[in-house]
Amino acid sequence: MSTAKANLEILPRGVQVALGLGLIALVAFPFVGTDFYTQMVTRMMIMAIFAMSLDLLQGVSGLVSLGHAAYFGLAGYALAFLTPAGTPVSLWWTLPLAVLASGLAALIIGFFVVRTHGIYFIMVTMAFAQMVFYLFFDNKALGGSDGLYINFKPSAAVFGWTPFDLDNKLTLYYFTLGAMLLVYAFLRRLLWSPFGRTLAGIRVNEHRMRAMGFGTFGYKLSAFTLAGALAGLAGYLWGTQTGYINPELMGFHMSAHAIMMVILGGMGNFAGAIVGAFAFEYLLHVFKDLPTLGSVNLGKHWQLWMGLFIVLLVVFAPRGILGLVEKFTQRKSKAEAGHE
Amino acid sequence: MDLANFLIQLLNSVQYGLLLFMLAAGLTLIFGIMGVVNLAHGSFYMLGAYLAWSLSTLTGSLTLAILLGAVLSVVFGLALEWLLFRHFYKRDHLDQVLLTFGLIYIFEEVRSILWGDDVHGVTIPDVLSASVPLTENLSYPVYRLFMSGVCIALALGLYFMISKTRLGMKIRAGAFNRDMAESLGINIKLIHAVVFALGVGLAAVAGMIAAPVASVYPNMGSQVLIMCFVVVVIGGIGSVRGALISALLVGLVDTFGKVLLPSMAGMLVYMLMAAVLLWKPEGLFKQ
Amino acid sequence: MSEVLLSAKNLTKRFGGLAAVNDVSISLWRNHIHAVIGPNGAGKSTLTNLLSGDLPPTSGSVTLGSHDVTGWTPEKISGKGLGRSYQKTNIFLPFSVWENVRLASQSRAPNAARWLQRATGFAAVNARAEEALELAGLQHRKHSIAGTISHGEQRQLEIAMTLATEPQVLLLDEPLAGMGVAEAERMVALLLAIKKNHGILLVEHDMDAVFTLADKLTVMVNGQVIASGTPAQIRADAGVQAAYLGEEH
Repeated sequence: MSTAKANLEILPRGVQVALGLGLIALVAFPFVGTDFYTQMVTRMMIMAIFAMSLDLLQGVSGLVSLGHAAYFGLAGYALAFLTPAGTPVSLWWTLPLAVLASGLAALIIGFFVVRTHGIYFIMVTMAFAQMVFYLFFDNKALGGSDGLYINFKPSAAVFGWTPFDLDNKLTLYYFTLGAMLLVYAFLRRLLWSPFGRTLAGIRVNEHRMRAMGFGTFGYKLSAFTLAGALAGLAGYLWGTQTGYINPELMGFHMSAHAIMMVILGGMGNFAGAIVGAFAFEYLLHVFKDLPTLGSVNLGKHWQLWMGLFIVLLVVFAPRGILGLVEKFTQRKSKAEAGHE
Repeated sequence: MDLANFLIQLLNSVQYGLLLFMLAAGLTLIFGIMGVVNLAHGSFYMLGAYLAWSLSTLTGSLTLAILLGAVLSVVFGLALEWLLFRHFYKRDHLDQVLLTFGLIYIFEEVRSILWGDDVHGVTIPDVLSASVPLTENLSYPVYRLFMSGVCIALALGLYFMISKTRLGMKIRAGAFNRDMAESLGINIKLIHAVVFALGVGLAAVAGMIAAPVASVYPNMGSQVLIMCFVVVVIGGIGSVRGALISALLVGLVDTFGKVLLPSMAGMLVYMLMAAVLLWKPEGLFKQ
Repeated sequence: MSEVLLSAKNLTKRFGGLAAVNDVSISLWRNHIHAVIGPNGAGKSTLTNLLSGDLPPTSGSVTLGSHDVTGWTPEKISGKGLGRSYQKTNIFLPFSVWENVRLASQSRAPNAARWLQRATGFAAVNARAEEALELAGLQHRKHSIAGTISHGEQRQLEIAMTLATEPQVLLLDEPLAGMGVAEAERMVALLLAIKKNHGILLVEHDMDAVFTLADKLTVMVNGQVIASGTPAQIRADAGVQAAYLGEEH
């Protein structure tokens, strides 16, 4: 067990600038990219919301959950159940309801799971997520292994007026971008709030927090529930974009992907989660698209490249991309100081 | 349910439970002694099964395949520990999760490259292919009794080694207080390597003997992994005795659950785990 | 006679067959330092853990003010006005000294769970933290990372964090551990300063400090109390001399 690390919570100026440029790029992207890439980046932004929700749990609070995808998928299923076969359903009440459903599931499961610690916590989060997975996988009434289709994207119509149409790929892109920015702003605020500082304290030294009078169970459960609800937001958007929900979205692989995104980017500041989500999704895309060398189809064996990449990452860059950037800029400023 | 059916389900429960124990014992020892969470444990089970298939096809004998496979998997375990795992004992659980998840991907692909993606069957040796009659119409396969027998033998061997041999004493000492054990001259590095290789070997052998019954297919590792985790959580980390009792309990609940309450079958084991956690958040026999 | 702030009666803690603390009764008054001394393994740390709620007693009771806090969780007991420092430094190493104390102070704020306001903007919380920092003499280290300050300063931070939770009762587990002469003198002065309005239970090995600070001493050996009284009485007690003081340098 290593000692708790300080997270990179205050983003260095260079990183802030880079993120700002990234935002400009995201806003401008649909006008320069094709439909295919607009959809791909929309999906990346959805995964970024999912990753940020996990960062709240993992990066800030220090709770490593291997079952976070359960709350992601549940909201998608909620949308699927709420959407009738013949007409679209309203965005304005299904979105909150789906998010609430995910949050409620996280609250219930969290009640059992948050009382455990360390390795136990990791294992039971995985176990309960698998339980939810099998609940849907085994029951035809819930869609079974085939999953469910969402025949119509949610409609934004209110009192006869439709402000925007999510069927339009551009509209969905900007809607998702807006959601991602809102979630980021909210979580950054949360990070510096008393609640956020308490979670950070729990991550670093839960024992001392309790000795100082903090009811840590309640705080952890709140974080777990909030993270689940935000994962639900991402899941709802996924269902909206793809029109299809299946149990795999709640499975172990999906949860593990989220963990990798958060680590890849750098934990604890939510910006890393966004960077990690984009990088991970892009990497997957690259690996799966590898050409055939001679008789070996490199793309078919994308899991091998992904696996090697992950192992190399954890051996050489455990604090992810932002961690490397921080190291690089520190070295640079040390070198500059040495020249004076 | 009449007596014969009940007996069949009971025997199935015990056989499934004992198989889970083989996997859970290694996992709980590796957790308890080295503090490493290993998501790739299920991959060892899968690799064992595929090894059994190819070795038995090669040699024509399942028994020979199992013996050979056991040796190979122990060597593999030693190599893996030396190369990777021993550098991660002191790292964050998160880093361990990441590492072992990467390994799952790598093992899946290695399996795909070496053995392909097809589902395979392994034939039961003739001497074990008979059935023991229970009633006029129902009988129980000898091979399943053989599986339970092998698991019991290995469980007894494990118990004997841990409680009665010097090696076992050193393992227990190392688990209890690593620094003290080291200062007493116990080679902790070697102990860790042995425990790890043992865990890998047990998992692989479980896969090998299960192969004829469960068949050999790509996803078999992840399915058994989660059951394994549930068994360790219920039993308590580090407790081999807890793993045994928990594995048998899970075997009973799962097998009888599928028969008596088929609509809830998949969830019953998790409900059991939830109930145990409410009562004892660190498992039944936490060290 | 000032009021009793903390009182433990017949506390026993068994681990299997071993009684680490055996039928111990002890009381703490306001404006009073009560020192617990004894050889290693006497059960002093276990006693502290029983009083703070880190361990549940096998039998016996603990009363804090007017509340029976037997078997309560550490956070609940802390909420009723008990603060504790640790023998092994138990601070937030990656945070700044200021954040360590601020977080401790935040535990007393009723709006500690607010989600959208900046944590560093709460005046009452900050005031409490400043005061604790000042008492402990650590203002000059305010912005240093706790992991980088000296051992003695870390021990001071331990105390500052405990003070920032505005306790009535302080349980201090070897606050002078590992300190040099100058640092120890500073710590003794600090403890004398905070003695006003607080009741302090002090577990210590440094006999000079103990006899300077203590109004009352309790001596524990093998989990039991073998003597309890004023420093003069304890010094003169033959049993204590034999068991403990005679062997101390």
